[in-house]
Amino acid sequence: MSEILSLTLPSLTAQRVRWNEILSDVLVRFFALIPLSALGFIMYMIIRKGAGTITWQFLTQTPTEGMTHGGIFPCIFGTLAITLLMILMALPLGVAAAIYLTEFSGRGLFFRVIRAAVNNLAGVPSIVFGLFGVGFFILFVGRNLDHVLKTGMLFGQPCMLWAAATLAVLVLPVIIVSTEEALNAVPQSQRSASLALGATKWQTIWHVVLPQARGGILTGAILSISRGAGETAPILFTGCAYFLPRLPVVNLFGVIPIVNPFDQFMELSYHIFIMATQSLDAVKTLPIQYGTTLVLISLTFFLNLTAIIFRIHFRKKLGAVSV
Amino acid sequence: METHKLTTKDTRLGEWLIERFLLIAGISSMLIIALIFVFLFKEAIRFFATANPFDLIGKWVYDDYDGHYVFKMMWQSVSEVPKYSLIPLICGSFLVAFPATIISGVLGIGCAIYLSELAPSKVRETLKPTLELLAGIPSVVIGFVMLAFIATFAQDIFHTKFRLNAFVGSLGVALAVLPIMITIAEDAMRAVPKELRDASYALGATKWQTVWGTVVPAAVSGISAAIILGFGRALGETMIVLMATGNAALVTGNIFSSVRTMTANIAAELGSVAQGGEHYYSLFLVGAVLFTFTFGLNLVSEIVLNKMRQKLRM
Repeated sequence: MSEILSLTLPSLTAQRVRWNEILSDVLVRFFALIPLSALGFIMYMIIRKGAGTITWQFLTQTPTEGMTHGGIFPCIFGTLAITLLMILMALPLGVAAAIYLTEFSGRGLFFRVIRAAVNNLAGVPSIVFGLFGVGFFILFVGRNLDHVLKTGMLFGQPCMLWAAATLAVLVLPVIIVSTEEALNAVPQSQRSASLALGATKWQTIWHVVLPQARGGILTGAILSISRGAGETAPILFTGCAYFLPRLPVVNLFGVIPIVNPFDQFMELSYHIFIMATQSLDAVKTLPIQYGTTLVLISLTFFLNLTAIIFRIHFRKKLGAVSV
Repeated sequence: METHKLTTKDTRLGEWLIERFLLIAGISSMLIIALIFVFLFKEAIRFFATANPFDLIGKWVYDDYDGHYVFKMMWQSVSEVPKYSLIPLICGSFLVAFPATIISGVLGIGCAIYLSELAPSKVRETLKPTLELLAGIPSVVIGFVMLAFIATFAQDIFHTKFRLNAFVGSLGVALAVLPIMITIAEDAMRAVPKELRDASYALGATKWQTVWGTVVPAAVSGISAAIILGFGRALGETMIVLMATGNAALVTGNIFSSVRTMTANIAAELGSVAQGGEHYYSLFLVGAVLFTFTFGLNLVSEIVLNKMRQKLRM
């Protein structure tokens, strides 16, 4: 009896197991295709619907006839200006903080507190940054600056400066984490070698560590630019405008045109949101919506791709060094 | 000799200055992060200066039509008697975030198993950057796609009353949180030592018996951290829900009904509110509640991940 059982049972389970194996295999492969096809679907639909709208005029003209015609140049200009301003604020601060954390602070309490804060900041909803921008930058810093400097309502209202500052806070963790990773990837032996040759700590960081970490830091910067260009919620109330008849530009000393950080601005992602949900004639503006989305998605796609290629290149280089 | 001494002194001062400067950068980064917390709660607490905490649940309102008082759980910030009940907003947030987490959890764990256990390294190397590109799509674009293509399609299939509803929103949110879930779950599975798999195979287990019986149980804390983190992200997603869920603050359990989430509520009303009033502070209060939820979820997932790292190191 026991002999028969031992002969039949394994073959029965084996068959069921085989079916389970095949089924699981197919299922998981199908799951893995979903993110891929979702990306493909989004890109395909937007390119198909938006490609017809993209003309030279669309990229270089301002909106006309109640936003139903014309181009989106002010939005492109605004997006470039605000991300530039954002990275100018966030990059030096983030990189300096990361250098302190990896090279000076040790692994003590300070390190752990800031580590936890940075990690948690990455998970804070983007709309909360918007609230923070209004409550802190505009109402607290701005209004108080106006009060002290007697500048009327220069600082205490939504403008590009505060929108960029809000975005800078949002991307700060991205920059700190990626810079830390880049610095940690530089082999410890190289630091020791430099110090043994008599270089000071800062000389070591400046001449040995930073040049090798440059690629990694740049990757983080590109990723944050892409993130900043795509975010909408933090800038909803800190400086975006539905329509502005002028570019946010001011002439320095009356001659040199520079971006005016005290003006409001139009922005690509905000433009998509407002045209899709609140335009008076949504059907008429549909081609503009597709076109704007295509421009934004091309911008972020291109930036992310650059960052990925950069990182692969950077990892290869460092791998060769450490071997 | 003289000059040498001078330069060392100079360098030493320079070094000291640079270190101080970097320390200041570190501290100010931390301060900014702390300030978010402080300002959010400072403004939120002011709500209670004029309003009753009980209002956050509901309010007894005299109903002209029926001629008696009724208890209403509503968010109606611009009516004659403003009502600031958080119940419909929390209800909306969870009605979007739960389905989104379930969808992306199932898909994400499947993808993570494929990436860590089955995929050849070539496939893996192309799939991982694809995930990053998916994560890099701005949420406003996903919201737009949901609004422009998926919403009508979904209505045709499910014959729903509202074109924009919690289900459409949760599909978009699921897509937005999928990449981070896959990344964390896959990291957890790859951290499982190869010896455990070898032992399982040596005992005669098949590939999938090893996956379900060995790898997944060993990585279970990492997988749950991924799900918790994904849930936190889903609660905090703003633009997709603002564009795709219909923005009607209802207390409902129906996934095909229009809802308004906490995030969408802030985004929809902050632009048109008079600064410094009760309504203004109520939005900060919603923000503070939202922040508390997501911060708590992040913290739990961080602790779980750290525990797992420590365990696997031993």
